[in-house]
Amino acid sequence: MIRLIDVIKTYPASEAAALDGISLEIPARGVFGVIGQSGAGKSTLIRLINALERPSSGRVEVDGVDVASLSSANLRTLRRRIGMIFQNFGLLSSRTVAANVAFPLALAGVPKAERETKVAALLDRVGLTDHAAKYPAQLSGGQKQRVGIARALATDPDILLCDEATSALDPETTRSVLTLLRELNRDLGLTIVLITHEMDVVRYVCDRVAVLERGRIVETGAVTEIFAAAKHPATKRMLAALAA
Amino acid sequence: MSFFANIDWSDIGQACLDTLIMLGGSLILTIAFGLPLGVLLYLTGQGRLSQNRVANVVLGVIVNILRSVPFIILLIVMIPLTVMLVGTSLGVAGAIPPLVVGAAPFYARLVEGSLKEVDRTTIEAVQAMGATTRQIVTGALIPEALPGLIAGATVTAVALVSFTAMAGVVGAGGLGDLAIRFGYQRFQTDVMVVTVVLLVVLVQIIQYAGDALARHFTRR
Repeated sequence: MIRLIDVIKTYPASEAAALDGISLEIPARGVFGVIGQSGAGKSTLIRLINALERPSSGRVEVDGVDVASLSSANLRTLRRRIGMIFQNFGLLSSRTVAANVAFPLALAGVPKAERETKVAALLDRVGLTDHAAKYPAQLSGGQKQRVGIARALATDPDILLCDEATSALDPETTRSVLTLLRELNRDLGLTIVLITHEMDVVRYVCDRVAVLERGRIVETGAVTEIFAAAKHPATKRMLAALAA
Repeated sequence: MSFFANIDWSDIGQACLDTLIMLGGSLILTIAFGLPLGVLLYLTGQGRLSQNRVANVVLGVIVNILRSVPFIILLIVMIPLTVMLVGTSLGVAGAIPPLVVGAAPFYARLVEGSLKEVDRTTIEAVQAMGATTRQIVTGALIPEALPGLIAGATVTAVALVSFTAMAGVVGAGGLGDLAIRFGYQRFQTDVMVVTVVLLVVLVQIIQYAGDALARHFTRR
């Protein structure tokens, strides 16, 4: 389980807090969505979980461990348990698809033979076996994100963070990537945290959702409840945008 | 062909060899010092992996000072240090320390610039995999920036060619030295013409080879 307790995050450059007193519990093995408009603080929030960002105050716990208290070696170990995918994929353009997926394994010191077996299985899982020797520049957006997913899964994480993972993709590709995420959640018991600005994504893939507005969570609950009876104006506004 | 009748071709051959040795030796050392320096400039920069304002400013000032000293002055100022390092301030060996001191800060800035071009999301992704800073540098930053680093080395090599020619002034040997002693001081225009043509050809070869190498490593 991931837990945020009274988290405040401010940046030196700006007066308003990026996150202004966030308390949130993200249950294990579910698909949890955080929705908000750009500038709401979603990116900061998701980066707190693997300590790419540090809270100015408050605590971030993963399975009861305060992330900020970890030594850099222990933090690296934690990060291997938390995969992450990105809007712009973040693939290494100088490496082939197979080498991208193998990279986290190499960092973790996994022997070469074992890496190769694992990479083959992962590429098969995301349906890219035929593209193993290509470079990222030769792939479509959806294929790139599948490489990102395979790479994020390489170290057998139990949490997957998705940072606007489908925002750069067309609707059809978005669906297929979200379906893959759903399957991974179901088959591997993977806890998925995704941030998005699209209600459609939430509806399609999430169990629970938190609505973030100007650094605060204004509403949270099961997706079915929120869609049936949204209370906060921000939520209603986003639902109205979806209906339109 | 009578224009070239008075040229001592063995002198030219020796000068070419000297220039190539000075260039090769100083280029290797320039990259050996400039690359880590550029990486440090990048890493300590605002919002980077090992952000450190003091270290960044100190390194930046040193690099700027070295870059602002005209090379001809650097050659002379460095004589005592050069003698300490290689035992002489003359010849090919004596030219290499000032060449490296002159070119390494220049290359470091080019390295810093290339590293800044690397996609931030890519660095963040590698960080999120649990990579150490060293692994990020060697496994992601440098390979991703490689075409830029090669292009930078090419520009630096061309600058070094002109530096080696200047080093002729303080008795470094090489084509520049030949041009100054024969072409300029003895009014042997033929020698001057030959050395200049050879320098032009050398620069063309470097640029062509550098471009080809950078292209070879480009995957975009």
